[in-house]
Amino acid sequence: MLKDKYGKEIEDILSRYPVKRSALIPLLYVAQRDQGYVTESAMQEIAALLRLTPPQVYETITFYTMFNLKPVGRFHLQVCKSLMCALVGSDTVLEWINAKLGIAPGETTADGLFSLSVVECLAACGTGPMMMINDDYYEQLTEDKLDRILSDLRSTGTSSLKTGPFMWPEPTPAERAREA
Amino acid sequence: MPQHELILLKNMMQPGYTGSLVDYEKTGGYQALRKTLGKIAPADVTAMVRKSGLRGRGGAGFPTGVKWGFLPKDYQGPRYLCCNADESEPGTFKDRQLMERDPHQVLEGIVLSCYAIGAETAFIYIRGEMVLGAKILEHAIAEARAAGYIGKNILGTGIHADVWVHRGAGAYICGEETALLESLEGKRGLPRIKPPFPATHGLYNKPTVVNNVETLANVPHIMNRGPEWFAAIGSPPKSTGTRVFCVSGHVKRPGNYEVPMGITIRELVYEHAGGMRSDKPLKAIIPGGASAPFFTPAHLDVKLDFEHVALAGSMLGSGGVTVMEEGTSMVWAALRLMEFFYHESCGKCSPCREGSSWLVQTLRRILAKRGHMEDLETLLDLCKNIAGRTVCAFGDAEVAPIQSTLKYWRQEYVDLIHEAEAVNLIKLEPAGRH
Repeated sequence: MLKDKYGKEIEDILSRYPVKRSALIPLLYVAQRDQGYVTESAMQEIAALLRLTPPQVYETITFYTMFNLKPVGRFHLQVCKSLMCALVGSDTVLEWINAKLGIAPGETTADGLFSLSVVECLAACGTGPMMMINDDYYEQLTEDKLDRILSDLRSTGTSSLKTGPFMWPEPTPAERAREA
Repeated sequence: MPQHELILLKNMMQPGYTGSLVDYEKTGGYQALRKTLGKIAPADVTAMVRKSGLRGRGGAGFPTGVKWGFLPKDYQGPRYLCCNADESEPGTFKDRQLMERDPHQVLEGIVLSCYAIGAETAFIYIRGEMVLGAKILEHAIAEARAAGYIGKNILGTGIHADVWVHRGAGAYICGEETALLESLEGKRGLPRIKPPFPATHGLYNKPTVVNNVETLANVPHIMNRGPEWFAAIGSPPKSTGTRVFCVSGHVKRPGNYEVPMGITIRELVYEHAGGMRSDKPLKAIIPGGASAPFFTPAHLDVKLDFEHVALAGSMLGSGGVTVMEEGTSMVWAALRLMEFFYHESCGKCSPCREGSSWLVQTLRRILAKRGHMEDLETLLDLCKNIAGRTVCAFGDAEVAPIQSTLKYWRQEYVDLIHEAEAVNLIKLEPAGRH
């Protein structure tokens, strides 16, 4: 039960909203963090918590692309394929991933480590091509960088190549001096 | 590069600026709040913002002070402010920088705006993918709350304003203000029919203002330095202040550039963004995010302000400027954008839900060299029947790439179709022999 495990967090979320249903998306995030995807029993529990019917929860969750209704790999690679990233090579990034991991969009590696999705614009158009892996952004991708990211993830579960807090272009020393 | 004063990006240009409360206070942060709360009447704050000429930076460019003025004066119940941080318009990445690098600037703007409209609760609706941005904002809110800038009885003035971060979950349409409200209420993000407008029937059916991140970040500066100062920047009287333009595509130095409104596309692309990345010349420009009709090199001297871009047949939108070099297929570009709109159509209105699918299929057919000349008529006919026939402006936006590429680069479509016809003839020949 989510309530036993995350009782305080759930209470805190509920306290922010004058109308309970507003807490639905935040609670679905709690459920997704717990299992990597949102299970049917979690949806039922959340429905009861918010005094909603299970179909009300289901109709909402199916509208939003960020909720997984099925298990995904430990690392979920989401590559932006919108025009701005495509102009600077997002299709090539997909080819690299396919060559290195043997997966196409919608697939997961046999060891369950990596899943690949293509997604629409992630608001990093000036630093494309880019992808999101779990909660982190990786921008200005090159083949070499991709290799390092994948090997970092395999060995340590995270990578120092993730980007942010975001600012681009980084100001030159001369520009900084002018503003100081 | 031409020199001009930075307003929104000034702090983050300082060496070592982290965006923490201490750093923000050192640069004069929260002075506007001290000067304003309890000292200037809320109605006067609204009047000042109106006088500054500040217009919405999210896309529609509606005058901010006027929007605030639509809230009912005599309403006694709760009112809400929603900060629209659902930055999802392809080509736009300014709000992310404003929130992650200088979150207190946004928060001060939010509290000042809450005060002006009489709201005691504000929600920052941030797009779900910006996990880091949400964390940074939450940390900043905790800092500001501890320092007495947010929460109950702000700075001892008896004024309350609480701010919460609410993450979306990956739906472009939730950047549309009424869809944002639906989503914030825990429902599918389907835009509402207007009127009634959010000013009277917004979040939980209460009077609500929805403003973009960049819009709100301007408010402390207007309060600090006066509306006259702000109104003199840029391209007065109708496009005042600076804009953070997001330059992407085939330029040498893509990125965010804050410039006074009214500079030309040429200055932005060639001086700020360093010009084209290779020796291939410029072919096409999108001046205001994916929803804005394309421009050609003939438009390079169009001034980047609301009026001039509109006059030239496009829109300033969210400030996302995308540059494409010679050799980029415009049919392919239109298809990429159309696939985005098809994916993001919420499905409420039939013309948009069905039309976007037809548009994608027709474009794919043409690009795969299986098109016919009639397909061009089909495209235009579909566009005509989508635009203006939907609940929200999404319908108008999705037809922009197709209509404008067909207007300026029709020959590319025709060439692909002619190739298709040639291919078909060759295919038919063997069949005829038997």
